[in-house]
Amino acid sequence: MKKTLLDQVLDWSGRALVAAILGFVMLPFIVVALASFNDSAILSFPPENWSLRWYGNAFGYSDFGDGLLNSLRIAAFGATIALVAGAGFAYALDRYAFPGKAFLNGVLMSPLIIPNFTIGLGLLILSAAAGIPRTMWLVIAVHVIIVLPFVVRSVYVSLRNFDRAYETAAESLGASPRRTLLTVTLPLLLPGLISGGLFAAILSFNEFTASLFVVSQRTQTLPVAMYNYVREYADPTLAAVSVIYVVTVALILLVVHKIFRLEKVLNVE
Amino acid sequence: MSKRPFLAWFVSPSVLIAFGIAASFLAIVQYSLRAHVPGSLDPGGFTLDNFTTLLKTIYGQAFLDTALLCVWTALFTLLVGYPLAYALVRAKSARLRSAILLVSLTPLFLGEIVRTYSWIIVLGNQGFLNSTLLQLGIIDEPFSLMFTMTGVVIALVHFTLPIVVVMLAAALSHIDRNLERAATSLGAGRIRVFFTVTLPLSMPGIAAAASTAFAWTFSAFATPQMIGGGQVQTISTLVYQVGFASFNFPLAASLSLSGLAFSILVIALFNAGIRRLERFGAH
Repeated sequence: MKKTLLDQVLDWSGRALVAAILGFVMLPFIVVALASFNDSAILSFPPENWSLRWYGNAFGYSDFGDGLLNSLRIAAFGATIALVAGAGFAYALDRYAFPGKAFLNGVLMSPLIIPNFTIGLGLLILSAAAGIPRTMWLVIAVHVIIVLPFVVRSVYVSLRNFDRAYETAAESLGASPRRTLLTVTLPLLLPGLISGGLFAAILSFNEFTASLFVVSQRTQTLPVAMYNYVREYADPTLAAVSVIYVVTVALILLVVHKIFRLEKVLNVE
Repeated sequence: MSKRPFLAWFVSPSVLIAFGIAASFLAIVQYSLRAHVPGSLDPGGFTLDNFTTLLKTIYGQAFLDTALLCVWTALFTLLVGYPLAYALVRAKSARLRSAILLVSLTPLFLGEIVRTYSWIIVLGNQGFLNSTLLQLGIIDEPFSLMFTMTGVVIALVHFTLPIVVVMLAAALSHIDRNLERAATSLGAGRIRVFFTVTLPLSMPGIAAAASTAFAWTFSAFATPQMIGGGQVQTISTLVYQVGFASFNFPLAASLSLSGLAFSILVIALFNAGIRRLERFGAH
């Protein structure tokens, strides 16, 4: 069928619109990259002299290094706990009926509606009232609560798309329920589990608002260290940190996309 | 069922976490009903004073500003996100789809600080926009976007866009294309097909995306704090201020609770409105 003139105009204006929106999404990251290589401490565009001094500054500032280590530790522990708890719950949610299921589900999903600052404040008050010191474990607890709904959702989606015939086949061949779970169900769920855990780790790594309420100087995460830096200094060191951040995240996303296909993970196909 | 013994193993960690959530929520409720003792972190006796304090103008203003900010952000995010989601689902080339998906998702995984800081560099008085426009001679003096509602909304639209695109794309990809084909074969043009078939069918997705965008914006802290710079006061920035500048945790708790109730109420009202629209669209 031949396209009419109107169709062509629609096609091209649609493409221009989408390109403009993608430009809007990319704009701040392009600008921050320009700023990070600008020798001057005062923002100016286009930069007159190029340099890597802000990258040197970023690596030399110990709060960022400590913050990065804290963030990695918190994300690793938080995502693992959330994955174990979330996967177990998603499995029970899909396969079993038990008393209080809907209520439990409601409570666990509530952090999707409750703003992060309220969750942070709540755990701060709770820990103060219960005399729990503000250690790394408090920060991890906050992160587990925040990322758990995302893990449950992602594992639950994989369970829904799961072909139960494999389990039935294993059982009819004499496998015990435990053996079926370990040798059939878990391996088949692995992609969903990995993507859920990875998603949780990335969310936890980036979590800022709730963390701000519960961290101490010693346990501050990278985003909190970055926030504190902007409030104290006005130089573009943070632009360098941001560029490293953007490049790392984009690479991780690209790898995940190559292996798992994000369309599938996000259920947008 | 024979597999029942597994159940305790599967749900006990999440029961523990649910207890933590419930306990911290109860702690907030309890604190919101206690008096603030200046100079002490321990709360005093039971009182309703915190909630009457919230009736003061500055708090009322913060509620209004927050609501306004959320509504504008949700609206613009939908307008910007819909074409992106549409292109993501309908583009013919797989490469293009991947590119759109990756670009729209990257911001989601960058956190609030990197994104907000990047927008400060774009929007600042000596930032990218002002420098460029001054040099091109389009403007004579820098215009201010920092510390304004407009600036905060721009950054928040960017902040909320990825989740809205994902939700809209999920809704659009589940629409039965045969309905569009039927409309076309009956002689409807593309614009008409879009407005009478595709758009109404994606209404549930739009409603879900809009309320998520609202909740997401309501929860934002760093963006209004850093770009609003105290000129745009939201519930989240006020909670932090009341908590950490004056250590009035009882008031911060009641502010949080009222904020939560407020946002649930707005979303409920909004969903009721959308349902009415949907019925309207069905005719």
